[in-house]
Amino acid sequence: MNNFGFTIKKTRSFNLSQADLRKAEALLREVPSYRKCIGCGGCTATCSARQFTDFDIRKVHNTFRRGQYDKLADELRKCMLCGKCTLVCPRGVNLRSLIINMRQLLTPSNETF
Amino acid sequence: MANFHPFVVPFVLGTIGLFVICGYKYVRWIKQFDRKQQKLIKKNMFSTRIFPAIKEMFCECLLHLRISKKNWRLGYMHRSIAFGWFLLIVVGAIESRIGTKGPFHFWCAIFYRFFHHNPPANGTEFVFTQLMDLILLYVLSGIFLAFVKKVHSRFLGMKRTTKHTVMDTTVKIALWAIFPLRLLSESVTARLYANGGFLTQSIGDLFGRRAAEFLELPCWSLYSIALCIFFLMLPFTRYMHIFTEVFLIYFRKLGLRDSVKMTGYTKFELSSCSRCGMCIDRCPLYNTLDINDVQSVYLLRNLRNLEHHQDILAAGKNCLMCHQCAEDCPVDIDLMSIRRISRDKGDTDMSDNYRYLDTVRGFNAIGRVAYFGGCMTQLTPTISESMKTIFDAAGVKYWHLDGDRSICCGRPLMQQGFNKQAADLRRKVSELITSSHPTALITSCPICYNTFKYEYNLPIPVYHHTEYLDMLIKSGKLPVKQMDTTFTYHDPCDLGRGTGIYEQPREVLKAIGQLKEISAEKENSVCCGMNLGNTVLSLDQQTKLRDKSLQILTEPNPDVVVTACPMCKKAFKHGTEANVKDIAEVVASSVRNVECRMQNYEL
Ligand code: SF4
Ligand code: SF4
Ligand code: SF4
Ligand code: SF4
Ligand code: SF4
Repeated sequence: MNNFGFTIKKTRSFNLSQADLRKAEALLREVPSYRKCIGCGGCTATCSARQFTDFDIRKVHNTFRRGQYDKLADELRKCMLCGKCTLVCPRGVNLRSLIINMRQLLTPSNETF
Repeated sequence: MANFHPFVVPFVLGTIGLFVICGYKYVRWIKQFDRKQQKLIKKNMFSTRIFPAIKEMFCECLLHLRISKKNWRLGYMHRSIAFGWFLLIVVGAIESRIGTKGPFHFWCAIFYRFFHHNPPANGTEFVFTQLMDLILLYVLSGIFLAFVKKVHSRFLGMKRTTKHTVMDTTVKIALWAIFPLRLLSESVTARLYANGGFLTQSIGDLFGRRAAEFLELPCWSLYSIALCIFFLMLPFTRYMHIFTEVFLIYFRKLGLRDSVKMTGYTKFELSSCSRCGMCIDRCPLYNTLDINDVQSVYLLRNLRNLEHHQDILAAGKNCLMCHQCAEDCPVDIDLMSIRRISRDKGDTDMSDNYRYLDTVRGFNAIGRVAYFGGCMTQLTPTISESMKTIFDAAGVKYWHLDGDRSICCGRPLMQQGFNKQAADLRRKVSELITSSHPTALITSCPICYNTFKYEYNLPIPVYHHTEYLDMLIKSGKLPVKQMDTTFTYHDPCDLGRGTGIYEQPREVLKAIGQLKEISAEKENSVCCGMNLGNTVLSLDQQTKLRDKSLQILTEPNPDVVVTACPMCKKAFKHGTEANVKDIAEVVASSVRNVECRMQNYEL
């Protein structure tokens, strides 16, 4: 078979109607600007954490939105909250707020107040 | 019992209650100090730091000099009530000590005229009587102004006063009633026994004898009851600040500071807030966006009562951390730290999140300065390019620490209450820097600068590039030429109010061109709206804030609007036709200019 230099990924299929979207919906409520995301990946391209690891913020928020929350909490810890993603997003998504809210939704919060 | 009358009972009970409740609260808070704070107290408790503390207590708790400096009418109001009342107590105590016949009880000082009926017998007594009237008049003038402020705040130079709770309003009415009641009581007694001064005697003489006889006891009783109500409610209302500020000043002078969590020290701070509302007027969220429930005064109130948890969270989040309120607070409460405490996300085990930073190698930077552009500078690369031009021109050897990959200083995490993670990140960055042994650290981002300076414990000096440029130019290492370009300069929140750097950038700009004055600069500079402290403002709201800031900056029509923060530059860039530049770019182009000329000369 010819090797075109890229591989075809295994399909990642899941049943959306069985997904628990409550957290995703809560996220959209908290960060309304996220509705405007077009998945362009600008955030990932500029991401500071991405320059050191395979951390992929677009993948994280996309997966979150589909109700697939596994492992995201660990993934999100890599983010330094620097805010570059927010600044480059062409759709004005408030990514920093998005990240903080995802963290709070995933990690049973023990906020002081 | 001599020198006693049942009407003094409410006052006596009130006073005892006041001291018991306050004492209980203070002891509890002191127990809540964290270990570092306790150590500092033990170490410095009896050191010479006491003297400046006493001076500050006198100047601030009584004379309210900081308020006066900002707004003399408001200052007068506060001073006349606080200092006036203090004088009434002190002078009254002396007077009654001298004059009282028979047993002396502490209430005799307060109700002296009631128990001491003889008209002034000698010169000293006469002077005291007149003096007490004068002081009472002084206090009353303050109460009158407070009343005016309530109905017409602009007269005292405030656009908006604090929205108070029912408790606060009740106790305020009690306070306002105290002094008119005292005036009335003393006047009535003066009518009967001719023992008043110029004020009480002349008012008393307006009454008929019968009326005075009839009114005397009710007036003194009401006076005593008003005092009782005020004293008993004081520990649960904003007036707790009267005593608490004294302690706060003492602890602060001992070197105590807020920690990242709520400690006893924070409790002292929360109760030192008088809810004067001076943190409201210039909060950009209030004066540009009309958001009026998140300002520090409200956050502090909610934190103090620890109720309205949702409000604490919501108010805590919506703040730019622009330092304006901290600048304006006359009690000098560390409002930015308290804001961070309100955002504390708790200790979710988040250790070792940034293990990936271990792959970053240190650099043998001995003899070089380390240049840290900051994440935002990666998005405005002309700034770091300019800095490189400048380093080269000045012959400074440098190491661009975050040249290809950006590492965050940890401030944004800290601002959002992820304290443990921030500490983690700081440790990594700190290791990276110290293991490379540079001679100094220079950063282009005021946020990083503030963080490196105050949160890190680096063994080398830390400069913001404005400071460094100023040093280079002054020492003659950097050849710049005076041109006739005109500038206006924006003080970034974290560089100006946050770190106190105002003069260096101005000196630099004056060495290159003409600096024009703007209507709100230095401590009063208006935030560009992009501050990382806020995560809830919408883009529209941020744009409004930016436009307000820009309007001030472009008003004198400068050739270039200069800022010293990559974030502000990014914000302004898209909002105006004017030429927006970072100070490093301005200096770099001046340097290039000089270099070109020198080359021509050589040719
Ligand atoms: S940059 Fe903005 S629009 Fe693009 S994927 Fe990221 S969030 Fe979505
Ligand atoms: S805030 Fe987090 S996700 Fe966004 S660029 Fe920075 S490290 Fe990446
Ligand atoms: S925080 Fe400071 S400025 Fe604001 S109301 Fe309290 S004392 Fe006044
Ligand atoms: S820091 Fe700025 S935005 Fe926040 S409350 Fe104070 S003045 Fe308002
Ligand atoms: S303060 Fe801002 S610009 Fe500076 S390193 Fe941290 S996130 Fe980046």
